Amino acid sequence: MTQAETATAPATVNEPTNGTPLLELRDLHVYYGNIEALKGVSMTVGEGEIVTLIGSNGAGKSTTLRAISGTHKPRSGAVMLEGRDIHHLPAHEIVSLGIAHSPEGRKVFSRMTVYENLQMGAFSRKGEKIEPDVARVFDLFPRLKERRTQKAGTMSGGEQQMLAMGRALMAHPKILLLDEPSMGLSPILTEQIFNIIREINGQGTTVLLVEQNALMALNAAHRGYVIQTGKILLADTAKNLAANEQVRQAYLGEI
Amino acid sequence: MPGRRIRLNFVNLFLWLLGGGLLAFAAYGSFLTLIEGRIQPNQWQNLIVAGVALGSVYALIALGYTLVYGILFMINFAHGEVFMWGAFTAFFAATALNDAGMMASNPVLAFFLVLATSMLVSMVVAIMLERIAYRPLRGAPRLVPLITAIGASLFLQYTARGFYGSGVRAYPDYTIFDGTISLGFLSLSVKQAVVILAAVGLMVGLYLFINRTRTGRAMRAVSEDKDVAAMMGINVDRIIVTTFAIGGLLAGAAGILYTLIFNQVLFFMGFLPGIKAFTAAVLGGIGNVIGAALGGLILGVVEQLGPNLFLSGYGVPSPNQLKDVIAFSVLVLVLIFRPSGLLGRKENT
Repeated sequence: MTQAETATAPATVNEPTNGTPLLELRDLHVYYGNIEALKGVSMTVGEGEIVTLIGSNGAGKSTTLRAISGTHKPRSGAVMLEGRDIHHLPAHEIVSLGIAHSPEGRKVFSRMTVYENLQMGAFSRKGEKIEPDVARVFDLFPRLKERRTQKAGTMSGGEQQMLAMGRALMAHPKILLLDEPSMGLSPILTEQIFNIIREINGQGTTVLLVEQNALMALNAAHRGYVIQTGKILLADTAKNLAANEQVRQAYLGEI
Repeated sequence: MPGRRIRLNFVNLFLWLLGGGLLAFAAYGSFLTLIEGRIQPNQWQNLIVAGVALGSVYALIALGYTLVYGILFMINFAHGEVFMWGAFTAFFAATALNDAGMMASNPVLAFFLVLATSMLVSMVVAIMLERIAYRPLRGAPRLVPLITAIGASLFLQYTARGFYGSGVRAYPDYTIFDGTISLGFLSLSVKQAVVILAAVGLMVGLYLFINRTRTGRAMRAVSEDKDVAAMMGINVDRIIVTTFAIGGLLAGAAGILYTLIFNQVLFFMGFLPGIKAFTAAVLGGIGNVIGAALGGLILGVVEQLGPNLFLSGYGVPSPNQLKDVIAFSVLVLVLIFRPSGLLGRKENT
């Protein structure tokens, strides 16, 4: 069983050695009705890392993120944020603990302006000044600044993706969950988005990145997990995963 | 039209003929009425002013339908009863104040006390309705809360009958609002002016609340996408309750304005205004706040003006008896020709 060997390989170079990781999933089981979407997912994300979760369509990537942010409750297992189990908390309380979710398909508030979307992103920080954060988001995404008063629904897919990420950043997250940020974007825009992900990470935000574009994701990430039909198949450094024969065949489009 | 072929089947043909026929009937009737010239210009003006006043009341109730629909995609058919409960309970406040002599000594304060009572009671009823009747059904198929709403409506109606009796009660008269105002060619009674101004004030307030405040933004976010709203840190349940509460406050205010016009309360009084306001909300485009206000005004004016304009030319005796027919014909025509309403979006947004 080469798979099992790889999965247990002590390759997690960037994992913090000082005790509890920032985020840890323990044996998560998630159901949609009677269908088991996650069959015991365990993974860790250390502070300051970019961790990517790659896998094909329907493997359970988005479900994992939804279980973390509380928008779809796991039936069993634990979601530990800084050593505290948060899986039973309602989604709206989880944000203020430091987990921001930029969902699949962007899901910006299309009838609101760009600025209002950013205001919504900071909703959990009641009473705090948001102008410095708006400035930071506009710094990362100058395009949004130009479109500040435009309705989000009238923008292009790339701009909406920028807005979704900017909106999530407005919550001041400790960890940013990004679901398919490259979906439907041109290669040039994808490149830009990934550069910005690195930049956000460089500014100190931990990132958990879900991607179908495995090559780009592994390039940007420190570590990666491969998920298949609800189970973690491989866990390794991004470099090793990108070199792994199995991963190359299945997810990087090489034959 | 290139790219779009109109399918002409018998049902569509029938509906178009029906709609066209109704419009032609109304147009010819108006023509007859106008050349007959029995109704004087100042009478037309009075009808329009009365229509605007009644329409503002419809608009306030319609806002409750449309706000709730915008967030939960359900028609709260018990909303007319929310309106009735406010007005009926405030009747006792008004009589007590009148007996205590406050209506005479401090009429403005008395009016605001009655108004506050009505708004508060309607708000409480609306909140309880959401907590008890609708919240347990969140996530159920759309038909289920609809049927529950009808049940809740009957429950509220007959509870009111049990508490307050089945007779018609007359509100004490607010003598401060007697008299008329004339503004150039326009003359209206003080009561009508109060009704219109209060309704417009509340609607502007609501508009600012929705567009300028944090809670208003949260309401808009929840109406777009509950899941994502929760991801932003919005307590969706709390926003839903807030929405019902706001709808209740507006319905309670509408109740008092309604009694200014009609001067009486009855346990059954919520039914017809409720359905009319629903019509107004559909006419304006359900889910659209400005549409509800516009729909209410249009419906009020059509209902007041319509019978005299469309029907009296044909020699129909006492055409005003048919005003409800005209109001609901508007509903039928809207549903045939523009189901999404004047300002509405397409379904499934």
